[in-house]
Amino acid sequence: MFYRENGQFKSSYASDQQMLPILQDRVLMLGLLAFAFLVVPFVISDYVFLSLLIPFLILTVAALGLNLLVGYCGQISLGHAAFMAVGAYAAYNLALRVPQLSFLVVLVLAGLIAAAVGVLFGIPSLRIKGLYLGVATLAAQFFIDWVFARVKWFTNYAHSGSVQTAPLEVFGWTVNSPVEKYLFLLCVLIVFTIVANNLVRGHIGRAWMATRDMDVAAEVIGIRPVYAKLTAFAISSFYVGVAGALWGFVHLGSWEPLAFNLTLSLNLLFMVIIGGLGSLLGSYFGAAFIVVLPIVLNQAPAWLGAPISTAMASHLEFMIFGALIVFFLIVEPHGLARLWAIGKEKMRLWPFPH
Amino acid sequence: MKQTAKYAVLAVSLAVAAAFGSTAALAQAKKTGAQAKEQFFPVLSYRTGAYAPNGIPFANGFVDYLKLVNARDGGIGGVKITWEECETGYATDRGVECYERLKGKGPTGATAFHPLSTGITFALTDKSFVDKIPIITAGYGRADSVDGTVFAWNFPLGGTYWDASDMLIQHIGKKEGGLDKLKGKKIALVYHDSPYGKEPIALLQERVKMHGFELLLLPVTHPGVEQKATWLQIRQQRPDYVLLWGWGVMNSTSIKEAVATGYPREKMYGVWWSGAEPDVTPAGDGAKGYNALTFMAPSGQGAVHKDILKYVYDKGQGTGKKEDIGEVLYNRGMNAALVTIEAVKRAQIKHGKKPLKGEEVRWGLENLALDNAAIKKLGFEGYMSPISTSCADHHGGSVAGIHTWEGKKWIVEKGTTLVADSQIIKPMIRASAEKYAAEKKIVKRDCAKEAG
Repeated sequence: MFYRENGQFKSSYASDQQMLPILQDRVLMLGLLAFAFLVVPFVISDYVFLSLLIPFLILTVAALGLNLLVGYCGQISLGHAAFMAVGAYAAYNLALRVPQLSFLVVLVLAGLIAAAVGVLFGIPSLRIKGLYLGVATLAAQFFIDWVFARVKWFTNYAHSGSVQTAPLEVFGWTVNSPVEKYLFLLCVLIVFTIVANNLVRGHIGRAWMATRDMDVAAEVIGIRPVYAKLTAFAISSFYVGVAGALWGFVHLGSWEPLAFNLTLSLNLLFMVIIGGLGSLLGSYFGAAFIVVLPIVLNQAPAWLGAPISTAMASHLEFMIFGALIVFFLIVEPHGLARLWAIGKEKMRLWPFPH
Repeated sequence: MKQTAKYAVLAVSLAVAAAFGSTAALAQAKKTGAQAKEQFFPVLSYRTGAYAPNGIPFANGFVDYLKLVNARDGGIGGVKITWEECETGYATDRGVECYERLKGKGPTGATAFHPLSTGITFALTDKSFVDKIPIITAGYGRADSVDGTVFAWNFPLGGTYWDASDMLIQHIGKKEGGLDKLKGKKIALVYHDSPYGKEPIALLQERVKMHGFELLLLPVTHPGVEQKATWLQIRQQRPDYVLLWGWGVMNSTSIKEAVATGYPREKMYGVWWSGAEPDVTPAGDGAKGYNALTFMAPSGQGAVHKDILKYVYDKGQGTGKKEDIGEVLYNRGMNAALVTIEAVKRAQIKHGKKPLKGEEVRWGLENLALDNAAIKKLGFEGYMSPISTSCADHHGGSVAGIHTWEGKKWIVEKGTTLVADSQIIKPMIRASAEKYAAEKKIVKRDCAKEAG
């Protein structure tokens, strides 16, 4: 009842091809954007911005990138935190060595450098598939970790291996306060989501999905696997590289190679799997699940007024978080995005389900 | 039907989440409502994970001392101390989250942070310039943050890793019969592959240039339970001395590996974070003869411990176990709490006996003057060396000794007091701080102007 597209006729190509073809979706999206831009900055505390929203927004960009590769093109990667590291260190070195560059230019260049490295490590995907490819990308993780920990040039010879960034400036606007950071990241995320959405429904996305579903058949109908797989690696690494640069510059401010270790790679993969493979919305859900839930679980006992030690709280956090991952994967192996889709379907039929 | 069940679960979880949110908001409202006469101390601790064996005694000592000051003195100048612990797990991202969670609590916000991790210190240093909350890194942190004109909010009280590594080289030099005898010797540094472990390298390399010994750098990746390859290298290269820069389970693993490799423990020297009970006891008798730096607080009990037993543990308020009072790290936690409280006391003289902001506490930290008489009065005699700080010098003096594990307890080597050579360290601090200021575009403080 709430969600019926009856009577909405598409009478032009433009209306058929728009990103949100159903009126209710458009209204919802506009409402959501208005809420995010006009309400959230005024009602949320700095803590929520810095600890929840900012990491959530950045990791959503990364999860979008990984989802393009894993969810849409079907190529598994266990080394995406390494490409984030490439983006972060590339941005650091560009900002340090070419201080004239605007941060937006630095961001794009960092993404391009990450894309180049991503393509390099994506080459094995032309020959190997599945788990074997996972292991090959794992090599990227270890190799890149090693490079940034050992090659001093990348960290500008910092004696402890930790680098720090200068304050952020975009067109004379110093992005400093939590609200400013949030707004800046929100803009970046929206741009990247729109681009991703158009990529996956365009010819590139279709080539990726065909490769994912059956690579031999895709080749037979004229899709070049080299092109499909390497573009997926390039664009995915671009996204993740930009996310890495943002993670370093906006969220951390100073970081060490450990910030982009294997745990982060696995977390990104969890986000994509729990959120929903092959769904952009799923990347949002997955990032929220992995970023927000542990922090909420950690603080829940204190909020409920249960006096337990911090050690107990953090043990509980791990247990409940692990249990919830298993629970959601059993209840809905297609991820949280699938639950959302089922919900929408229900709304369409309500109150007369058949 | 199955779908309905799914939605019931989803609805329940949403409701629970909403309930969490509202109680949290209520609790928040309750706290900010009353302008209580309280000074809030944030406690970043780790009681879980690979670093818990060392994190627990430190946190217990810290919190026990806060409890003591409340119970014995009624707080600091009549202002009650409140605190909240937050588990960082020694992870930088969680540490930053804890910082954000705690920085605004209490009537005037957090007093000062003890990150208890060099990685977290690096991340918080950036934030300190905006939030104006001091970061005290007693015996760790960034070596260059001694320079208070650039690092306006960092206080590496009691010594940095450059001090520590310099002291160890001096000590080894003395053992060999003079620093010039180090020529041609081989010294290995087994270090935690993080900012913590990498800090001393710059100074050691400086010393290599001066004395011509060979430095082997052997990194151990987090968390440090896998060191077979590292010790294989030590077996092959046979260094004359091994410096250990570990933390948590890495320390005990290193000592166990040394036993397995047959490397003499007498030739091993740990930094002051690699010389506590949890580091040596897992290796059993094999740890005998292992040495480590000890700064400020060796193990044992003094006047202040009697007070803690009387005012805290006898009333059943103790944080940890009674038997563990007086362990190396327990005492160090107590010292960390002490310097913060003394800074607040000092700042109260200037700003009045009321809850103080981080900025006001900084003044106290920059004007600390704890001489031996003051330390004795506090009950810390023998557990702490004098500290005297200023706006430009956030370090306050660093003196350390060496202690050796005798199988049952730590024995401090008599007559060994080590002081780092400031001739070497000062120029390094200046250069490094300048570089930081340039990278972060920081305007240096003018200490002469602030004093006047």
